[in-house]
Amino acid sequence: MDIYLPIAGLSVNIVVIILLGGAVGMLSGMFGVGGGFLTTPLLIFYGIPPTVAAASASTQVTGASVSGVFAHMRRGGVDFHMGAVLVVGGLLGTLFGAVLFELLEAWGQADTVINILYTVLLGGIGGLMAKDAWQSLSAKRSGKPLPPSKRRHHPLVASLPGRWRFYRSGLYISPLAPLILGFLTGILTMLLGVGGGFIMVPAMLYILGMSANVVVGTSLFQILFVTMSSTMVHSLTTRAVDIVLAIFLLIGSVTGAQIGARLAQRMRPDYLRFLLAAIVLIVALRMAVGLGWQPDEIYTVQFL
Amino acid sequence: MIIRLLLLLAFLMPLPALAQSAGEPKLVPDVSQRKINIQSRFTGAELLMFGAIIYPRGVAPEGQVDVAVVLRGPTRPIILREKQKVAGIWVNAESIDFRSAPAYYAIASSRPIEKIVDARTAAIYELGLKKLQLSPTGEIQTREVRRFTNGLVELNRKGGLFAEAPGEVDITDQVLYRARLTLPSSVPEGRYVAETLLIRDGRVIMADDSVVVEISKTGFERFVTIMAQDYGLLYGAFAVLISLFLGWFAGYVFGRL
Repeated sequence: MDIYLPIAGLSVNIVVIILLGGAVGMLSGMFGVGGGFLTTPLLIFYGIPPTVAAASASTQVTGASVSGVFAHMRRGGVDFHMGAVLVVGGLLGTLFGAVLFELLEAWGQADTVINILYTVLLGGIGGLMAKDAWQSLSAKRSGKPLPPSKRRHHPLVASLPGRWRFYRSGLYISPLAPLILGFLTGILTMLLGVGGGFIMVPAMLYILGMSANVVVGTSLFQILFVTMSSTMVHSLTTRAVDIVLAIFLLIGSVTGAQIGARLAQRMRPDYLRFLLAAIVLIVALRMAVGLGWQPDEIYTVQFL
Repeated sequence: MIIRLLLLLAFLMPLPALAQSAGEPKLVPDVSQRKINIQSRFTGAELLMFGAIIYPRGVAPEGQVDVAVVLRGPTRPIILREKQKVAGIWVNAESIDFRSAPAYYAIASSRPIEKIVDARTAAIYELGLKKLQLSPTGEIQTREVRRFTNGLVELNRKGGLFAEAPGEVDITDQVLYRARLTLPSSVPEGRYVAETLLIRDGRVIMADDSVVVEISKTGFERFVTIMAQDYGLLYGAFAVLISLFLGWFAGYVFGRL
C-alpha cells in the first residue's frame, strides 16, 4: 500500500506511517508527552526530507494532545492562568524559531544544530528521569520511603521581578519564568517538530515547582497551542507541512494514544517513568552516534 | 510577404535534403508515455524509449551502429554541501554552487559509452554521468569540482535520480531500438527531454531531441501543492482543524467503547 506525499514529493508505505504514528501515539498516551521527539527522527530515518518531517510532526502532535487536554480539563488538571502565560511565550518562541531556522538553513548547519539539540536535550532529560525513577524504585524495594521531596522553585525563578498568583499551580512567582520557559519550548517546537513536553514537564516540576497534579494537563494545554502555531508558521514560511503525511500519522497516533492511556492505568508509574527514560536515552544515543559516526551520505543538496 | 517566405523556404529546404541524399540515416524516436501524471498511487514510472532508424534507400549499411538514449529532467541551481569531521562530529563543511544540475539524468546505450565514442565526443554531448556539465560558480579548482560532481552523482544514483545503463538499448536488425528507463517516485515535476543519438565509428551521425515527456502532479496532489504554495494561511488552518478534529474524534469514539 503505497501513497504519494505531495509536499514531501515521494511515495511511502501507508502501513509503515500508520504504525509509526500508532507506536508514537501509544507512548504519548502512556506518558503524557506529545511524542514528536520520536516522530521527527523516525520520519527522517524513513527518508522524508527533514523540514517536511519536522513540520508534519508538529501537526501530528496537535492531534495527539487534543484528547489529553480534554481529559485533564474534566478533572481540573489544567492551570489556565499558567497555561496562557506559557502559550504567549510559546507563540513568540515559534516566531523566533522560524527566523532562527532560516538563518541556520542559509548557514547550512540546520541539521547539525538539530542533531546536537536532540542529543543534548534528550540525553540530559533522559538521564534525569532515569535517575529519578531508579531512586524511587530502589526506595520501594528496600522498603525505606524516600524523603518527601520539597516542592519549591529554583532560586533563579525567585529572583525575577514582579509576582503573580497561579492558584491551581500553587505558586506565587514572576510571570517571566513561565514566559521564558514557554519561549524556549516554542523555539524547540519550530526547530525540532516536537511539542516540548519532555522538556516542559521536568522544567515545571523542578524549575517552577508547580504542583504535580496540574503539570501534565498544563503542559499538554501549552503543547496544543504551540504546535498549532508551529503548523501555521511552517505553512506560511517553509511550506513544508505535508497534509497527507500528517493525516496518516494522525490516524495512527490518535488511536495509539487512546490505547496507551488505557495501558498506562494498568502499569506501575515508577516502571512507566523508567521505560520512558530508557526510550528517551536510546533516541539520544542514536543521535549521538549519528553525529560521531561517518554518515551514509556525506553530501546533501539544497535547492535554490 | 508570402513570396518572400517561400523564397526563404526554398533556400532552407535543400540543406536537409542534401544531408539526406549524402547517405545519412534518419531517426524516428518515440516514447511510451508523453505525459506522466503524479497521483496518490504514483510509485515511480517506467518509460519505454523506442524508435526506428531509417536508412537512405532502405538498406542498412555494413558495420555496427550504436544507439544511446538520454532522458534529462529540468535543470536547476543547487548548493551541494559536503560533511567533514570537525572536532569529532560530522558537520557540513565545504559547499559548492552548481548553476545547472539536472533533476534527473538517465542514459542507456547499446554498448558502454566509452566503447562507442571517444572522451571528447562524450563530453560534447554530455554522454554519461562523468560528463555532466553542472556549471559551478565561483573560482574553484577542477579537482574540487570533480570531487563534488562525483558526490552528487553518487547521491543521486542511490536515490535513482541518476542512472547509467550500458548495454540496455536493444537494437533489432539494425533498424528498431528500444530501451527502458525507470523514474523513482521522487522525480520532480517538469519537462523532461529525451535525446536519441545514432553512433557509428565513434561518430554521432544523428541526434534527435524532439521527444518531450511532461511530468506533473494532477488532481488532488496538484491541488494540495498549489494550496501549500500559494494559500499558506488557509492550508495551515485546515491542517490545524483536521488534527484537532481527528484528536477529538478518537477521544470521543474510545470514550464510548
